[in-house]
Amino acid sequence: MNFLRLLRQSPLSARIGMAMVLINIIAAIFAPIICPYGETEVVADVWLTPNADNLLGTDHLGRDLFTRLVYGARNTITIAFITTMLSFIVGTIMGFFAATLGGWTDLSISRVVDILMAFPTLIFALMVLSVVGTGTAALIVVIALLDSTRVFRLSRAVAMDIAVMEFVEAARLRGERIWWLMRHEILPNAMPPLVAEFGLRFCFVFLFIASLSFLGLGIQPPTADWGGMVRENAGAITFGIMTPLFPAGAIAFLTVGVNLIVDWFLHIASGLKD
Amino acid sequence: MKGIFAIMIKRLALSLVTIFVISVLIFVGVEALPGDLAETILGQEATPETVAAFRKELKLDLPPHVRYFAWLGDLLKGDLGNSLANGRPIADLIGWRFGNTIFLAAAAAVVAVPVALILGMLAALYRNTLFDKTISMVTLSTISFPEFFVAYILIALLSVQIGLFPSISNINGQMAFSEKIYAIILPCLTLTLVVVAHMMRQTRAAIINILASPFIEMARLKGIKRFRVIVLHAFPNALSPVINVIALNLAYLVVGVVIVEVVFVYPGLGQLLVDSVAKRDIPVVQASGLIFAATYVSLNLLADILSIISNPRLRNPR
Repeated sequence: MNFLRLLRQSPLSARIGMAMVLINIIAAIFAPIICPYGETEVVADVWLTPNADNLLGTDHLGRDLFTRLVYGARNTITIAFITTMLSFIVGTIMGFFAATLGGWTDLSISRVVDILMAFPTLIFALMVLSVVGTGTAALIVVIALLDSTRVFRLSRAVAMDIAVMEFVEAARLRGERIWWLMRHEILPNAMPPLVAEFGLRFCFVFLFIASLSFLGLGIQPPTADWGGMVRENAGAITFGIMTPLFPAGAIAFLTVGVNLIVDWFLHIASGLKD
Repeated sequence: MKGIFAIMIKRLALSLVTIFVISVLIFVGVEALPGDLAETILGQEATPETVAAFRKELKLDLPPHVRYFAWLGDLLKGDLGNSLANGRPIADLIGWRFGNTIFLAAAAAVVAVPVALILGMLAALYRNTLFDKTISMVTLSTISFPEFFVAYILIALLSVQIGLFPSISNINGQMAFSEKIYAIILPCLTLTLVVVAHMMRQTRAAIINILASPFIEMARLKGIKRFRVIVLHAFPNALSPVINVIALNLAYLVVGVVIVEVVFVYPGLGQLLVDSVAKRDIPVVQASGLIFAATYVSLNLLADILSIISNPRLRNPR
Protein backbone atom coordinates (compact mmCIF):
# COMPACT_ATOMS: atom_id res chain seq x y z
CA MET A 1 0.00 0.00 0.00
CA ASN A 2 2.81 2.28 1.04
CA PHE A 3 4.61 1.40 -2.18
CA LEU A 4 1.60 2.31 -4.34
CA ARG A 5 1.30 5.70 -2.65
CA LEU A 6 4.96 6.34 -3.30
CA LEU A 7 4.48 5.43 -6.97
CA ARG A 8 1.58 7.85 -7.30
CA GLN A 9 3.77 10.68 -5.99
CA SER A 10 6.61 9.92 -8.40
CA PRO A 11 7.70 12.78 -10.67
CA LEU A 12 7.32 12.56 -14.46
CA SER A 13 11.02 11.80 -15.05
CA ALA A 14 10.89 8.77 -12.76
CA ARG A 15 7.74 7.51 -14.50
CA ILE A 16 9.42 7.79 -17.89
CA GLY A 17 12.38 5.88 -16.44
CA MET A 18 10.11 3.14 -15.11
CA ALA A 19 8.43 2.79 -18.51
CA MET A 20 11.84 2.51 -20.20
CA VAL A 21 13.00 -0.19 -17.78
CA LEU A 22 9.67 -2.03 -18.05
CA ILE A 23 9.97 -2.25 -21.85
CA ASN A 24 13.36 -3.88 -21.42
CA ILE A 25 12.13 -6.33 -18.78
CA ILE A 26 9.16 -7.36 -20.94
CA ALA A 27 11.47 -7.84 -23.93
CA ALA A 28 13.83 -9.94 -21.80
CA ILE A 29 11.10 -12.20 -20.37
CA PHE A 30 9.01 -12.74 -23.51
CA ALA A 31 11.87 -12.81 -26.02
CA PRO A 32 10.85 -16.10 -27.76
CA ILE A 33 7.24 -14.88 -28.16
CA ILE A 34 8.11 -11.39 -29.43
CA CYS A 35 10.77 -12.45 -31.92
CA PRO A 36 9.86 -13.40 -35.48
CA TYR A 37 13.08 -15.45 -35.89
CA GLY A 38 15.51 -17.52 -33.82
CA GLU A 39 18.43 -15.99 -31.88
CA THR A 40 21.14 -17.21 -34.26
CA GLU A 41 19.03 -17.88 -37.35
CA VAL A 42 20.38 -16.47 -40.63
CA VAL A 43 17.36 -15.05 -42.45
CA ALA A 44 18.46 -12.68 -45.18
CA ASP A 45 21.35 -10.85 -46.80
CA VAL A 46 24.04 -9.04 -44.80
CA TRP A 47 23.45 -5.52 -43.36
CA LEU A 48 20.01 -4.90 -44.86
CA THR A 49 18.45 -1.58 -43.92
CA PRO A 50 15.11 -1.72 -42.06
CA ASN A 51 12.36 -3.28 -44.20
CA ALA A 52 9.01 -5.10 -43.90
CA ASP A 53 10.55 -8.51 -43.11
CA ASN A 54 13.32 -7.25 -40.85
CA LEU A 55 12.09 -4.47 -38.62
CA LEU A 56 15.58 -3.06 -37.97
CA GLY A 57 17.40 -4.72 -40.86
CA THR A 58 19.98 -7.49 -40.55
CA ASP A 59 23.43 -7.79 -38.99
CA HIS A 60 26.87 -8.71 -40.38
CA LEU A 61 25.85 -12.39 -40.84
CA GLY A 62 22.35 -11.73 -42.14
CA ARG A 63 20.58 -12.37 -38.83
CA ASP A 64 17.48 -10.35 -37.94
CA LEU A 65 18.67 -7.37 -35.89
CA PHE A 66 15.41 -6.88 -34.01
CA THR A 67 15.47 -10.52 -32.86
CA ARG A 68 19.11 -10.17 -31.79
CA LEU A 69 18.29 -7.00 -29.87
CA VAL A 70 15.43 -8.62 -27.94
CA TYR A 71 17.48 -11.70 -27.09
CA GLY A 72 20.35 -9.36 -26.27
CA ALA A 73 18.12 -7.72 -23.65
CA ARG A 74 17.59 -11.13 -22.09
CA ASN A 75 21.28 -12.13 -22.02
CA THR A 76 22.88 -8.80 -21.16
CA ILE A 77 20.39 -7.75 -18.48
CA THR A 78 20.39 -11.17 -16.81
CA ILE A 79 24.16 -11.31 -16.58
CA ALA A 80 24.42 -7.72 -15.33
CA PHE A 81 21.70 -8.40 -12.75
CA ILE A 82 23.35 -11.57 -11.43
CA THR A 83 26.69 -9.74 -11.22
CA THR A 84 25.19 -6.81 -9.30
CA MET A 85 23.39 -9.18 -6.90
CA LEU A 86 26.61 -11.07 -6.22
CA SER A 87 28.52 -7.82 -5.75
CA PHE A 88 25.88 -6.64 -3.24
CA ILE A 89 25.84 -9.89 -1.29
CA VAL A 90 29.63 -9.85 -0.91
CA GLY A 91 29.87 -6.08 -0.40
CA THR A 92 27.13 -5.68 2.22
CA ILE A 93 28.15 -8.73 4.24
CA MET A 94 31.75 -7.49 4.38
CA GLY A 95 30.64 -3.92 5.04
CA PHE A 96 28.29 -4.91 7.88
CA PHE A 97 30.93 -7.19 9.37
CA ALA A 98 33.50 -4.39 9.31
CA ALA A 99 31.05 -1.94 10.89
CA THR A 100 29.66 -4.21 13.64
CA LEU A 101 32.91 -5.89 14.64
CA GLY A 102 35.10 -2.82 14.15
CA GLY A 103 38.71 -2.81 15.28
CA TRP A 104 41.11 -5.19 13.63
CA THR A 105 38.56 -6.78 11.22
CA ASP A 106 37.43 -3.38 10.01
CA LEU A 107 40.98 -2.13 9.54
CA SER A 108 42.22 -5.09 7.54
CA ILE A 109 39.20 -5.30 5.20
CA SER A 110 39.26 -1.53 4.65
CA ARG A 111 42.95 -1.52 3.73
CA VAL A 112 42.48 -4.29 1.16
CA VAL A 113 39.50 -2.43 -0.32
CA ASP A 114 41.49 0.84 -0.45
CA ILE A 115 44.18 -0.83 -2.50
CA LEU A 116 41.72 -2.54 -4.83
CA MET A 117 39.93 0.78 -5.37
CA ALA A 118 43.18 2.55 -6.21
CA PHE A 119 43.44 0.30 -9.23
CA PRO A 120 41.47 1.37 -12.33
CA THR A 121 38.63 -1.15 -12.69
CA LEU A 122 38.77 -1.61 -16.45
CA ILE A 123 42.52 -2.26 -16.44
CA PHE A 124 42.18 -4.71 -13.55
CA ALA A 125 39.39 -6.59 -15.30
CA LEU A 126 41.36 -6.73 -18.54
CA MET A 127 44.40 -8.13 -16.77
CA VAL A 128 42.46 -10.73 -14.81
CA LEU A 129 40.53 -11.81 -17.91
CA SER A 130 43.79 -12.18 -19.85
CA VAL A 131 44.89 -14.70 -17.24
CA VAL A 132 41.67 -16.64 -16.54
CA GLY A 133 40.40 -16.41 -20.12
CA THR A 134 37.04 -15.14 -21.34
CA GLY A 135 33.95 -16.95 -20.12
CA THR A 136 30.64 -15.86 -18.67
CA ALA A 137 31.28 -17.31 -15.21
CA ALA A 138 34.73 -15.70 -14.95
CA LEU A 139 33.26 -12.41 -16.17
CA ILE A 140 30.54 -12.43 -13.51
CA VAL A 141 32.88 -13.31 -10.63
CA VAL A 142 35.63 -10.84 -11.62
CA ILE A 143 33.29 -7.88 -12.09
CA ALA A 144 31.23 -8.71 -8.99
CA LEU A 145 34.35 -8.83 -6.80
CA LEU A 146 35.74 -5.58 -8.23
CA ASP A 147 32.41 -3.85 -7.84
CA SER A 148 31.79 -5.14 -4.32
CA THR A 149 34.55 -2.77 -3.09
CA ARG A 150 32.22 0.18 -3.85
CA VAL A 151 29.30 -1.55 -2.15
CA PHE A 152 31.53 -2.27 0.83
CA ARG A 153 32.41 1.41 1.25
CA LEU A 154 28.76 2.48 1.27
CA SER A 155 27.35 -0.33 3.40
CA ARG A 156 30.16 0.09 5.94
CA ALA A 157 29.49 3.83 6.23
CA VAL A 158 25.74 3.31 6.59
CA ALA A 159 26.11 0.43 9.05
CA MET A 160 28.59 2.45 11.15
CA ASP A 161 25.86 4.98 11.89
CA ILE A 162 23.32 2.27 12.74
CA ALA A 163 25.68 0.09 14.81
CA VAL A 164 26.00 2.77 17.53
CA MET A 165 22.21 3.15 17.99
CA GLU A 166 20.60 2.11 21.29
CA PHE A 167 18.49 -0.68 19.80
CA VAL A 168 21.61 -2.37 18.41
CA GLU A 169 23.30 -1.96 21.78
CA ALA A 170 20.22 -3.50 23.43
CA ALA A 171 20.31 -6.44 21.05
CA ARG A 172 24.02 -6.93 21.74
CA LEU A 173 23.42 -6.93 25.49
CA ARG A 174 20.61 -9.44 24.95
CA GLY A 175 23.35 -11.69 23.64
CA GLU A 176 22.27 -11.80 20.00
CA ARG A 177 24.81 -13.16 17.56
CA ILE A 178 26.51 -11.09 14.88
CA TRP A 179 24.48 -12.63 12.02
CA TRP A 180 21.23 -11.87 13.82
CA LEU A 181 22.35 -8.29 14.43
CA MET A 182 23.24 -7.80 10.80
CA ARG A 183 20.03 -9.34 9.45
CA HIS A 184 17.42 -8.03 11.88
CA GLU A 185 18.81 -4.77 13.22
CA ILE A 186 21.15 -3.28 10.61
CA LEU A 187 19.86 -4.49 7.24
CA PRO A 188 16.28 -3.16 7.53
CA ASN A 189 17.56 0.28 8.53
CA ALA A 190 20.21 0.37 5.82
CA MET A 191 17.76 -0.48 3.03
CA PRO A 192 16.92 2.94 1.48
CA PRO A 193 20.47 4.04 0.56
CA LEU A 194 21.36 0.49 -0.48
CA VAL A 195 18.42 0.32 -2.90
CA ALA A 196 19.43 3.58 -4.59
CA GLU A 197 23.01 2.33 -4.74
CA PHE A 198 21.80 -0.91 -6.33
CA GLY A 199 20.43 1.06 -9.27
CA LEU A 200 23.69 2.98 -9.68
CA ARG A 201 25.83 -0.15 -9.41
CA PHE A 202 23.57 -1.97 -11.88
CA CYS A 203 24.10 0.82 -14.42
CA PHE A 204 27.83 0.74 -13.86
CA VAL A 205 28.07 -3.06 -14.13
CA PHE A 206 25.81 -3.10 -17.17
CA LEU A 207 27.90 -0.46 -18.99
CA PHE A 208 31.07 -2.21 -17.88
CA ILE A 209 30.01 -5.59 -19.28
CA ALA A 210 28.84 -3.88 -22.47
CA SER A 211 32.26 -2.21 -22.79
CA LEU A 212 34.12 -5.47 -22.23
CA SER A 213 31.91 -7.22 -24.78
CA PHE A 214 32.55 -4.35 -27.14
CA LEU A 215 36.28 -4.96 -26.70
CA GLY A 216 35.63 -8.63 -27.52
CA LEU A 217 36.46 -9.82 -24.00
CA GLY A 218 33.01 -10.09 -22.45
CA ILE A 219 30.09 -12.27 -23.49
CA GLN A 220 31.18 -14.37 -26.44
CA PRO A 221 29.33 -14.89 -29.76
CA PRO A 222 27.02 -16.36 -30.99
CA THR A 223 25.16 -15.34 -27.81
CA ALA A 224 23.27 -12.14 -28.62
CA ASP A 225 24.69 -9.33 -26.49
CA TRP A 226 24.43 -5.59 -27.08
CA GLY A 227 28.08 -4.67 -26.58
CA GLY A 228 29.21 -7.54 -28.78
CA MET A 229 26.65 -6.58 -31.45
CA VAL A 230 28.11 -3.07 -31.65
CA ARG A 231 31.55 -4.58 -32.13
CA GLU A 232 30.43 -7.06 -34.81
CA ASN A 233 28.58 -4.42 -36.80
CA ALA A 234 31.00 -1.52 -36.28
CA GLY A 235 32.25 -1.79 -39.87
CA ALA A 236 28.81 -0.92 -41.23
CA ILE A 237 28.96 2.65 -40.00
CA THR A 238 31.60 3.71 -42.53
CA PHE A 239 29.17 2.69 -45.30
CA GLY A 240 26.54 4.95 -43.80
CA ILE A 241 24.54 1.98 -42.42
CA MET A 242 23.26 2.67 -38.90
CA THR A 243 23.23 -0.97 -37.68
CA PRO A 244 25.69 -0.53 -34.74
CA LEU A 245 23.71 2.43 -33.42
CA PHE A 246 20.70 0.20 -32.57
CA PRO A 247 22.40 -2.01 -29.95
CA ALA A 248 24.45 0.95 -28.66
CA GLY A 249 21.24 2.94 -28.39
CA ALA A 250 19.56 0.05 -26.55
CA ILE A 251 22.34 0.16 -23.94
CA ALA A 252 21.91 3.91 -23.54
CA PHE A 253 18.09 3.54 -23.38
CA LEU A 254 18.21 1.11 -20.46
CA THR A 255 20.85 3.02 -18.46
CA VAL A 256 19.05 6.34 -18.92
CA GLY A 257 15.87 4.66 -17.66
CA VAL A 258 17.55 3.22 -14.56
CA ASN A 259 19.33 6.52 -13.86
CA LEU A 260 16.06 8.46 -14.00
CA ILE A 261 14.60 6.16 -11.33
CA VAL A 262 17.78 6.29 -9.22
CA ASP A 263 17.75 10.09 -9.36
CA TRP A 264 14.27 10.08 -7.83
CA PHE A 265 15.31 7.54 -5.14
CA LEU A 266 18.35 9.62 -4.23
CA HIS A 267 16.11 12.66 -3.99
CA ILE A 268 13.80 10.85 -1.56
CA ALA A 269 16.71 9.42 0.44
CA SER A 270 18.36 12.85 0.76
CA GLY A 271 15.13 14.17 2.35
CA LEU A 272 15.20 17.43 0.37
CA LYS A 273 11.85 19.05 -0.31
CA ASP A 274 12.81 20.66 -3.59
CA MET B 1 52.85 23.86 7.70
CA LYS B 2 54.38 20.86 9.46
CA GLY B 3 50.95 19.20 9.61
CA ILE B 4 50.29 19.16 5.89
CA PHE B 5 53.84 18.10 5.16
CA ALA B 6 53.32 15.02 7.30
CA ILE B 7 49.99 14.26 5.61
CA MET B 8 51.61 14.57 2.19
CA ILE B 9 54.45 12.21 3.07
CA LYS B 10 51.89 9.76 4.37
CA ARG B 11 49.88 9.90 1.12
CA LEU B 12 53.04 9.47 -0.93
CA ALA B 13 54.02 6.40 1.08
CA LEU B 14 50.51 4.99 0.73
CA SER B 15 50.67 5.41 -3.06
CA LEU B 16 54.03 3.67 -3.23
CA VAL B 17 52.63 0.80 -1.18
CA THR B 18 49.62 0.65 -3.50
CA ILE B 19 51.79 0.46 -6.61
CA PHE B 20 53.93 -2.19 -4.95
CA VAL B 21 50.86 -4.28 -4.05
CA ILE B 22 49.51 -3.82 -7.57
CA SER B 23 52.77 -5.10 -9.04
CA VAL B 24 52.64 -8.12 -6.72
CA LEU B 25 49.00 -8.74 -7.70
CA ILE B 26 49.88 -8.53 -11.38
CA PHE B 27 52.69 -10.99 -10.84
CA VAL B 28 50.67 -13.39 -8.70
CA GLY B 29 47.84 -13.23 -11.23
CA VAL B 30 50.06 -14.89 -13.77
CA GLU B 31 51.29 -17.38 -11.18
CA ALA B 32 47.72 -18.39 -10.36
CA LEU B 33 47.10 -19.38 -13.94
CA PRO B 34 45.58 -22.85 -13.95
CA GLY B 35 48.00 -25.39 -15.41
CA ASP B 36 51.30 -24.41 -16.94
CA LEU B 37 51.42 -20.99 -18.60
CA ALA B 38 53.66 -22.32 -21.35
CA GLU B 39 51.33 -25.15 -22.31
CA THR B 40 48.24 -22.97 -22.03
CA ILE B 41 49.61 -20.42 -24.44
CA LEU B 42 51.45 -22.65 -26.86
CA GLY B 43 48.58 -25.14 -27.12
CA GLN B 44 48.65 -28.92 -26.99
CA GLU B 45 50.58 -29.40 -30.22
CA ALA B 46 53.67 -27.70 -28.78
CA THR B 47 56.75 -29.88 -28.75
CA PRO B 48 58.58 -30.37 -25.41
CA GLU B 49 61.50 -28.30 -26.79
CA THR B 50 59.36 -25.24 -27.52
CA VAL B 51 57.72 -25.53 -24.11
CA ALA B 52 61.15 -25.68 -22.45
CA ALA B 53 62.43 -22.71 -24.46
CA PHE B 54 59.30 -20.78 -23.61
CA ARG B 55 59.62 -21.55 -19.91
CA LYS B 56 63.19 -20.30 -19.99
CA GLU B 57 62.13 -17.16 -21.84
CA LEU B 58 59.60 -16.41 -19.08
CA LYS B 59 62.07 -17.60 -16.41
CA LEU B 60 59.41 -20.07 -15.24
CA ASP B 61 62.15 -22.46 -14.10
CA LEU B 62 63.09 -20.17 -11.17
CA PRO B 63 61.16 -19.97 -7.87
CA PRO B 64 58.41 -17.27 -7.75
CA HIS B 65 59.97 -14.75 -5.34
CA VAL B 66 63.26 -14.74 -7.25
CA ARG B 67 61.36 -14.13 -10.47
CA TYR B 68 59.30 -11.35 -8.93
CA PHE B 69 62.33 -9.37 -7.82
CA ALA B 70 64.13 -10.04 -11.10
CA TRP B 71 61.05 -8.77 -12.95
CA LEU B 72 60.75 -5.73 -10.69
CA GLY B 73 64.46 -4.93 -11.02
CA ASP B 74 64.32 -5.14 -14.83
CA LEU B 75 61.20 -3.01 -14.75
CA LEU B 76 62.90 -0.27 -12.75
CA LYS B 77 65.83 -0.31 -15.19
CA GLY B 78 63.34 0.20 -18.02
CA ASP B 79 63.74 -3.32 -19.38
CA LEU B 80 60.22 -4.64 -19.80
CA GLY B 81 61.13 -7.93 -21.48
CA ASN B 82 59.94 -9.20 -24.85
CA SER B 83 56.50 -9.68 -26.32
CA LEU B 84 55.37 -13.29 -26.70
CA ALA B 85 53.47 -12.54 -29.89
CA ASN B 86 56.28 -11.08 -31.99
CA GLY B 87 59.38 -11.28 -29.80
CA ARG B 88 60.02 -7.53 -29.94
CA PRO B 89 61.13 -5.66 -26.81
CA ILE B 90 58.06 -4.41 -24.95
CA ALA B 91 59.67 -1.02 -24.26
CA ASP B 92 59.69 -0.37 -28.04
CA LEU B 93 56.03 -1.33 -28.34
CA ILE B 94 54.91 0.74 -25.38
CA GLY B 95 56.99 3.93 -25.49
CA TRP B 96 55.46 5.84 -28.42
CA ARG B 97 51.99 4.38 -27.83
CA PHE B 98 51.95 5.70 -24.28
CA GLY B 99 52.98 9.10 -25.68
CA ASN B 100 50.02 8.96 -28.07
CA THR B 101 47.64 8.05 -25.25
CA ILE B 102 48.85 10.96 -23.13
CA PHE B 103 48.57 13.27 -26.16
CA LEU B 104 44.92 12.28 -26.70
CA ALA B 105 44.03 12.52 -23.01
CA ALA B 106 45.77 15.90 -22.68
CA ALA B 107 43.99 17.29 -25.75
CA ALA B 108 40.64 16.21 -24.29
CA ALA B 109 41.52 17.68 -20.90
CA VAL B 110 42.48 21.08 -22.37
CA VAL B 111 38.98 21.39 -23.82
CA ALA B 112 37.00 19.62 -21.11
CA VAL B 113 38.34 21.22 -17.92
CA PRO B 114 37.41 24.88 -18.58
CA VAL B 115 34.04 23.97 -20.14
CA ALA B 116 33.10 21.70 -17.26
CA LEU B 117 34.17 24.18 -14.56
CA ILE B 118 32.29 27.10 -16.12
CA LEU B 119 29.13 25.06 -16.71
CA GLY B 120 29.30 23.58 -13.22
CA MET B 121 29.70 26.96 -11.53
CA LEU B 122 26.91 28.50 -13.57
CA ALA B 123 24.61 25.58 -12.77
CA ALA B 124 25.41 25.95 -9.06
CA LEU B 125 24.86 29.72 -9.02
CA TYR B 126 21.61 29.51 -10.99
CA ARG B 127 20.38 26.44 -9.15
CA ASN B 128 16.90 25.10 -9.94
CA THR B 129 16.44 27.40 -12.94
CA LEU B 130 15.59 26.08 -16.38
CA PHE B 131 19.29 26.34 -17.34
CA ASP B 132 20.34 24.15 -14.40
CA LYS B 133 17.61 21.58 -15.04
CA THR B 134 18.35 21.30 -18.75
CA ILE B 135 22.06 20.86 -18.11
CA SER B 136 21.47 18.28 -15.43
CA MET B 137 19.14 16.28 -17.73
CA VAL B 138 21.65 16.39 -20.60
CA THR B 139 24.62 15.39 -18.43
CA LEU B 140 22.63 12.63 -16.73
CA SER B 141 21.90 11.16 -20.16
CA THR B 142 25.50 11.52 -21.32
CA ILE B 143 26.74 9.69 -18.24
CA SER B 144 24.36 6.86 -19.04
CA PHE B 145 25.70 6.47 -22.58
CA PRO B 146 28.51 4.02 -23.22
CA GLU B 147 31.56 5.77 -24.70
CA PHE B 148 31.29 3.82 -27.94
CA PHE B 149 27.69 4.99 -28.44
CA VAL B 150 28.80 8.64 -28.30
CA ALA B 151 31.72 7.77 -30.56
CA TYR B 152 29.62 6.06 -33.24
CA ILE B 153 27.00 8.82 -33.22
CA LEU B 154 29.78 11.35 -33.82
CA ILE B 155 31.22 9.18 -36.59
CA ALA B 156 27.80 8.76 -38.20
CA LEU B 157 27.09 12.50 -38.06
CA LEU B 158 30.43 14.22 -38.59
CA SER B 159 32.38 11.65 -40.54
CA VAL B 160 29.91 9.70 -42.69
CA GLN B 161 27.11 12.25 -43.26
CA ILE B 162 29.11 15.46 -43.59
CA GLY B 163 32.54 14.00 -44.24
CA LEU B 164 34.18 16.64 -42.04
CA PHE B 165 36.60 14.50 -40.00
CA PRO B 166 38.27 11.10 -40.48
CA SER B 167 36.61 8.17 -38.69
CA ILE B 168 39.98 6.47 -38.18
CA SER B 169 42.56 8.43 -36.20
CA ASN B 170 45.88 7.15 -37.38
CA ILE B 171 48.76 9.35 -36.30
CA ASN B 172 52.50 8.91 -36.62
CA GLY B 173 55.70 10.75 -35.79
CA GLN B 174 56.06 12.38 -39.22
CA MET B 175 52.81 14.31 -38.99
CA ALA B 176 52.80 18.01 -38.20
CA PHE B 177 51.11 19.10 -34.97
CA SER B 178 48.09 20.55 -36.80
CA GLU B 179 47.62 17.32 -38.78
CA LYS B 180 47.72 15.34 -35.56
CA ILE B 181 45.11 17.58 -33.97
CA TYR B 182 42.88 17.21 -37.05
CA ALA B 183 43.25 13.41 -36.90
CA ILE B 184 42.24 13.18 -33.26
CA ILE B 185 39.30 15.62 -33.30
CA LEU B 186 36.60 12.94 -33.12
CA PRO B 187 38.13 10.79 -30.34
CA CYS B 188 38.96 13.99 -28.46
CA LEU B 189 35.38 15.22 -28.81
CA THR B 190 34.02 11.87 -27.60
CA LEU B 191 36.20 11.92 -24.49
CA THR B 192 35.35 15.57 -23.85
CA LEU B 193 31.60 14.93 -23.98
CA VAL B 194 31.85 12.01 -21.57
CA VAL B 195 34.21 13.63 -19.09
CA VAL B 196 32.52 17.06 -19.11
CA ALA B 197 29.30 15.44 -17.94
CA HIS B 198 30.99 13.82 -14.94
CA MET B 199 33.17 16.80 -14.08
CA MET B 200 30.39 19.33 -14.41
CA ARG B 201 28.07 17.40 -12.07
CA GLN B 202 30.81 17.05 -9.46
CA THR B 203 31.75 20.73 -9.71
CA ARG B 204 28.11 21.73 -9.29
CA ALA B 205 27.74 19.52 -6.22
CA ALA B 206 31.00 20.84 -4.69
CA ILE B 207 30.01 24.50 -5.15
CA ILE B 208 26.47 23.97 -3.86
CA ASN B 209 27.97 22.28 -0.83
CA ILE B 210 30.12 25.36 -0.13
CA LEU B 211 27.32 27.83 -0.76
CA ALA B 212 25.17 26.00 1.79
CA SER B 213 27.75 26.26 4.58
CA PRO B 214 27.17 28.55 7.59
CA PHE B 215 30.09 30.94 6.92
CA ILE B 216 28.60 31.93 3.55
CA GLU B 217 25.26 32.63 5.17
CA MET B 218 27.07 34.66 7.82
CA ALA B 219 28.83 36.72 5.14
CA ARG B 220 25.52 37.35 3.39
CA LEU B 221 23.84 38.35 6.66
CA LYS B 222 26.63 40.82 7.31
CA GLY B 223 25.45 42.51 4.11
CA ILE B 224 28.47 41.79 1.93
CA LYS B 225 27.74 42.02 -1.78
CA ARG B 226 26.99 38.76 -3.59
CA PHE B 227 29.97 39.06 -5.94
CA ARG B 228 32.35 39.69 -3.03
CA VAL B 229 30.96 36.70 -1.14
CA ILE B 230 31.61 34.44 -4.09
CA VAL B 231 35.12 35.70 -4.86
CA LEU B 232 36.48 36.18 -1.34
CA HIS B 233 34.53 33.66 0.74
CA ALA B 234 33.26 30.86 -1.48
CA PHE B 235 36.09 30.62 -4.03
CA PRO B 236 39.06 29.90 -1.72
CA ASN B 237 37.11 27.14 -0.02
CA ALA B 238 35.75 25.74 -3.29
CA LEU B 239 39.26 25.49 -4.74
CA SER B 240 40.15 22.33 -2.87
CA PRO B 241 37.14 20.21 -3.93
CA VAL B 242 37.30 21.57 -7.49
CA ILE B 243 40.99 20.71 -7.90
CA ASN B 244 40.16 17.29 -6.57
CA VAL B 245 37.42 16.91 -9.17
CA ILE B 246 39.80 17.92 -11.98
CA ALA B 247 42.57 15.53 -10.98
CA LEU B 248 40.16 12.62 -10.47
CA ASN B 249 38.69 13.20 -13.91
CA LEU B 250 42.14 13.36 -15.47
CA ALA B 251 42.79 9.94 -13.95
CA TYR B 252 39.48 8.79 -15.39
CA LEU B 253 40.49 10.19 -18.80
CA VAL B 254 43.76 8.28 -18.94
CA VAL B 255 41.92 5.02 -18.35
CA GLY B 256 38.79 5.98 -20.31
CA VAL B 257 40.82 6.31 -23.50
CA VAL B 258 40.99 2.51 -23.84
CA ILE B 259 37.56 2.17 -25.46
CA VAL B 260 37.82 5.34 -27.52
CA GLU B 261 41.19 4.18 -28.86
CA VAL B 262 39.64 0.90 -29.98
CA VAL B 263 36.72 2.65 -31.73
CA PHE B 264 38.97 5.03 -33.66
CA VAL B 265 41.80 2.50 -34.19
CA TYR B 266 44.10 5.02 -32.50
CA PRO B 267 47.65 3.69 -31.95
CA GLY B 268 47.67 4.12 -28.16
CA LEU B 269 48.52 2.04 -25.14
CA GLY B 270 44.86 1.06 -24.57
CA GLN B 271 44.60 -0.48 -28.01
CA LEU B 272 47.81 -2.42 -27.36
CA LEU B 273 46.50 -3.64 -24.00
CA VAL B 274 43.21 -4.86 -25.47
CA ASP B 275 44.96 -6.61 -28.39
CA SER B 276 47.42 -8.25 -26.02
CA VAL B 277 44.65 -9.49 -23.73
CA ALA B 278 42.94 -11.08 -26.76
CA LYS B 279 46.24 -12.66 -27.83
CA ARG B 280 47.08 -13.55 -24.20
CA ASP B 281 50.45 -11.88 -24.65
CA ILE B 282 50.90 -11.75 -20.89
CA PRO B 283 54.21 -9.82 -20.54
CA VAL B 284 52.75 -6.97 -22.61
CA VAL B 285 49.53 -7.05 -20.57
CA GLN B 286 51.54 -6.91 -17.34
CA ALA B 287 53.70 -4.00 -18.49
CA SER B 288 50.94 -1.86 -19.99
CA GLY B 289 48.59 -2.60 -17.10
CA LEU B 290 51.25 -1.53 -14.64
CA ILE B 291 51.88 1.71 -16.55
CA PHE B 292 48.16 2.50 -16.60
CA ALA B 293 47.87 1.72 -12.91
CA ALA B 294 50.92 3.82 -12.01
CA THR B 295 49.60 6.81 -14.00
CA TYR B 296 46.20 6.44 -12.36
CA VAL B 297 47.64 6.20 -8.85
CA SER B 298 49.97 9.18 -9.44
CA LEU B 299 47.12 11.38 -10.65
CA ASN B 300 45.05 10.40 -7.63
CA LEU B 301 48.03 11.23 -5.42
CA LEU B 302 48.33 14.60 -7.16
CA ALA B 303 44.63 15.17 -6.50
CA ASP B 304 45.13 14.46 -2.81
CA ILE B 305 48.20 16.65 -2.45
CA LEU B 306 46.77 19.60 -4.38
CA SER B 307 43.52 19.51 -2.46
CA ILE B 308 45.41 19.41 0.84
CA ILE B 309 47.56 22.39 -0.18
CA SER B 310 44.59 24.39 -1.41
CA ASN B 311 42.43 23.69 1.63
CA PRO B 312 42.54 26.79 3.88
CA ARG B 313 41.52 24.80 6.94
CA LEU B 314 44.41 22.34 6.58
CA ARG B 315 46.89 25.05 5.61
CA ASN B 316 46.18 27.15 8.69
CA PRO B 317 45.60 24.73 11.53
CA ARG B 318 44.46 26.35 14.77
